Amino acid sequence: MIQVCHLTKRFGDFTAVDDVSFTVEPGECVGFLGPNGSGKTTTMRVIAGIFPPSSGTVRVGGYDVRREAGAARRRLGYFPENAPFYPEMSVEEYLAFVARAKRLAAGRRRAHVAGALAACGLAGVRRRLIGKLSKGYRQRVGLSQALLGDPEVLVLDEATSGLDPGQVAEIRELVKSLRGRRTIVFSSHILSEVSQVAGRVVIIDGGRLVAEDSPAGLAARLAGARTLWVRADVAPAELLTAIAGVDGVERAEEVDGRIRLVVADEDVVARVSRRVTQRRWVILELRREELSLEDIFLRLVRDASRAPGGDAREGRP
Amino acid sequence: MTAVVRKELVSYFSSLLAYVVVALFLAVSGFYFYSNLSFFLLSGGYDLTRGLWQYQLLDMRQYMLTLLPLLTMRLFAEERRLGTLELLWTYPLRDVEIVLGKYAAALLVLLLMLAGTLLYPLLLLPAGASLPIGAMAAGYLGLFLLGAAFLSCGILISALTDSQVLAAAVTYSVLLVFWALTWNEAAVGAPVLWLLRQLSLFDRLYPFLRGGIDTADVSYLLLFSAVFVTWTVQCLGARRWRGVK
Repeated sequence: MIQVCHLTKRFGDFTAVDDVSFTVEPGECVGFLGPNGSGKTTTMRVIAGIFPPSSGTVRVGGYDVRREAGAARRRLGYFPENAPFYPEMSVEEYLAFVARAKRLAAGRRRAHVAGALAACGLAGVRRRLIGKLSKGYRQRVGLSQALLGDPEVLVLDEATSGLDPGQVAEIRELVKSLRGRRTIVFSSHILSEVSQVAGRVVIIDGGRLVAEDSPAGLAARLAGARTLWVRADVAPAELLTAIAGVDGVERAEEVDGRIRLVVADEDVVARVSRRVTQRRWVILELRREELSLEDIFLRLVRDASRAPGGDAREGRP
Repeated sequence: MTAVVRKELVSYFSSLLAYVVVALFLAVSGFYFYSNLSFFLLSGGYDLTRGLWQYQLLDMRQYMLTLLPLLTMRLFAEERRLGTLELLWTYPLRDVEIVLGKYAAALLVLLLMLAGTLLYPLLLLPAGASLPIGAMAAGYLGLFLLGAAFLSCGILISALTDSQVLAAAVTYSVLLVFWALTWNEAAVGAPVLWLLRQLSLFDRLYPFLRGGIDTADVSYLLLFSAVFVTWTVQCLGARRWRGVK
């Protein structure tokens, strides 16, 4: 498991991460979201043991990343953004080096390397130089070094960035296949991707935790103001005047021949529909707008910047 | 640490850098050997067996200065540029192991370079030459320690930048300053000259070439390397307050 407790990281006068706390339970896969420069990568680097926190504690598999750095790092596999690699080494040479660097027992190294090659579909290219592989394969090499030695915690920073859609799907399936046995933090700026892979989402912005919930829970929390779209076989202006006065409609406007209603609750849908049929019009469209994760994300980030440190910072539900 | 040594050796040899550096060193030292030998044979009168090797090792020192920064320039600069340094820091390796591992790999290539030049004295044996084994051993030890000092300086500068070219250029400049410190004896007063003599890397080699191993010289060269290697470790630690880049 990963325990991040009041983590603050400063570089000189700049506070990259400001009092962030969250926990990832054993076997859980958590999506880590935030715009560029939000402190996402810094948080992941602290978890990976690259630099210690300025204050607060971070534990990986129960071990403090600062005081028990060696033990924490042995339980961790890290995939840094952009999948850095040594172009002049072959895949196998590289993994043999990583196996030694991770201090895997001498007798088990060969089996571990073979396991990581198989898990990432690299067996066919193991003798090729990494520099000669396609970007998708290099990304797999990056994942294979993180997986090597079967660490209980995986920290994957933008594992799918810069790949074509096919490769993105492949890597996503690979990460999905790793769920369950391991504790995974998976960062991305593509929200739909996170919602497919992760059971829970942590959103960070400006170095602060903005929200922490399941993708569905986030949507529900923000759905206080619902949007309805209505279209009928009548002039939009006439429809607008007819339904603007329905009980529970907070705002009504015409957008491209449709009426957009902001409504207080779910019951309004029935009342709007009844009003339209009373007038003997035919409803051509009556649909609730689903907030996309992008909308949720932008809304959360916007709310948080409006009220910094305010109630936008939620604990776990 | 052995993981890092092995990895660096794989990189040195698969990128051909080590082959090129060792081959160039052997070729140019071979030319030095040929021209020094001809000089001693033609002019005569000198102590051939001892004087020849002093000239030879002195010439090799010059060429070491040209080649060794090429071995160290990529050690950290390239890892920084590729972003792989960040990954190394997530493995259960201490910074000192990373630095010593890379340093040891460079030292091994230096050893290989120097070992290759032992061929030249061996070539003289069939001609019945007698070799001053003791003096030569001292000379080679001095050359190795001097090379180790060059490499330690190069590794520190490589850790300060992500450009290999810059790392090599700065290393050359620093080493040249250490060489030129004592060139102009008239420019400074006696006490300053004494201090400069103490600091000069190159002056430390002469006693070795004459066959003497002075603990002061050995200590200075070892201390020089130790200081630069320690600075390199501290330089990696700067990520705590400076970040990764």
